[in-house]
Amino acid sequence: MAEKYDLQEREVWDGNFAASQALRQAQVDVVAAYPITPSTPIVENYGSYVANGYIDGEFVMVESEHGAMSGCVGASAAGGRVATATSSQGFALMTEVLYQASGMRLPIVLTVVNRALASPLNVRGDHSDMYLGRDSGWIQLDCFNAQEAYDMTLCAFKIGENHDVRLPVMVHQDGFITSHTAQNVYPLKDEVAYGFVGDFKPVDDMLDFSRPVTYGAQTEEDWHFEHKARQHKALMDSRSIIDDVFAQFKEISGREYKRVETYMMEDAEVAIVALGTTVETCIVAARELRKEEGIKAGIVAPRCFRPFPFDKIRDALGNVKAIACLDRSSPGGAMGALFNEVSAAIYTTNARPLVTNFIYGLGGRDFSIAEAKRIFKEQKAHADAGKITTDIQQFSGLRGPHLGFFQTKRS
Amino acid sequence: MVEIRWHSRAGQGAVTGAKSLGDVVSTTGKEVQAFALYGSAKRGAALRAYNRIDDEPILNHAKFMNPDFVLVIDPALAFTDNITEHEDSDTKYIITTHLTKEELIAGIPALQGREDRVFTVDCVQISLDTIGRSIPNAPMLGAFVKISGMFELDYFLENMKRVLSKFPQKIIDGNMAAITRAYEEVK
Repeated sequence: MAEKYDLQEREVWDGNFAASQALRQAQVDVVAAYPITPSTPIVENYGSYVANGYIDGEFVMVESEHGAMSGCVGASAAGGRVATATSSQGFALMTEVLYQASGMRLPIVLTVVNRALASPLNVRGDHSDMYLGRDSGWIQLDCFNAQEAYDMTLCAFKIGENHDVRLPVMVHQDGFITSHTAQNVYPLKDEVAYGFVGDFKPVDDMLDFSRPVTYGAQTEEDWHFEHKARQHKALMDSRSIIDDVFAQFKEISGREYKRVETYMMEDAEVAIVALGTTVETCIVAARELRKEEGIKAGIVAPRCFRPFPFDKIRDALGNVKAIACLDRSSPGGAMGALFNEVSAAIYTTNARPLVTNFIYGLGGRDFSIAEAKRIFKEQKAHADAGKITTDIQQFSGLRGPHLGFFQTKRS
Repeated sequence: MVEIRWHSRAGQGAVTGAKSLGDVVSTTGKEVQAFALYGSAKRGAALRAYNRIDDEPILNHAKFMNPDFVLVIDPALAFTDNITEHEDSDTKYIITTHLTKEELIAGIPALQGREDRVFTVDCVQISLDTIGRSIPNAPMLGAFVKISGMFELDYFLENMKRVLSKFPQKIIDGNMAAITRAYEEVK
């Protein structure tokens, strides 16, 4: 029986501490980890909770992130509740095993503290690692502050371990901006949090010797395609279960989450679509613009990055005139992923808003309220002109001469 | 919204100071934010830590701010760091120094014309006397409590005891003495 941890109703926690408290309350059985900045404290704290008797679990030290995720795969297949944390280069090294975990349908929870990918080496926050995971077959939940890093980590267990889902889940928070920023966090009581997550109920656990099973079998052209199609269907079908888990979470916490969060969109004429802490900074900018200049600005933010909320994005953006999609990852010779996916979703409706793309914030470059306002105002200018008046892809907060690509061909 | 910027060197406790301040302020029912901007992560390197305090949940995640208070806990950084960066017309400065206020301002052109907004206190000496080591963060909190008028001293001390409750009694007592003395000596 685990020791009682002293919790206040209102704590001042950073995102890392918040995520590690969720791991404690979920009573994770096994964490196999190879710590990396800025996610180190998540697994470090888990280790201290185990050592001090607050968790009846096991910390497995491994030689690399590849080993960490491999250890998680083994422990999860064996029949335990399993989690770990990583960032950046560690995430990249883990990538091979991420596909193994999702293919084997193992409900591992990976708390990812988003950080830039080298080269050049950089420890600060951007979304390169989150984007690297977007085809890996994991559910990806995105947090905008420390409270959400706590809330989403609890939800992740309940979503992934649902027997109709059985998929691994990543919970993303912004490196340093969330992970190392202390804010008010209102935790649930231990028994309420654990009651919400529930006991772990394994499916086909390898330690059930009465019923031997195989994990990680080889399938060639005979069955591989059918396996991958089922896996994709499981991701698509998880949408309603995610909605359901969020509804249940609201009942115990009073905090409401949706697969796509919308702010001030009821009458919005222009919108920003973004991920992470930027979402909240944009909310402040939109409030000020509405008051100061009467610009009807709103924000649309995928809470659930995978499965991509194609349905909800269409609902949210059907009535706006101009949209800026903000991508915090170097797109490597393409338009940003958020721009591409949002544009594709809207293209299947009758709406034809003007959509532009901003690459911003790479390697932790600051994103200010003033810059968010400037982007909103540019969308307003597009809306008034009835066409895109700038390059379609631009860089926000970049030093040096203007960099932009492609011009509109719509008249 | 109250915004605070700390100037410090890694190891002097500005990050801990900012987080402790946030912790105590949160007990008054306010929303807080505490974060730091590290340069190279080496002891002695200049760094900045930040607080935001508001009645509403704090949504701004930018590093950029126009600080209401600038707290300098390393005496030399007052001279070498750009402590007046992004100030506004009523930014208050609390600077740790063994110099008099007049001597300090005479040596820092950027502070000239701000005499009524500059306050001094010797946090290094106070922490040496009370805690036994140069940990200037705790005395700076005492000075901030006085200059900001945000709390009664006794309320702040009581809540700091809770924040420090995991430490030995001797350390808690030293911190309480440091905060109290800086509260009384800042001018």
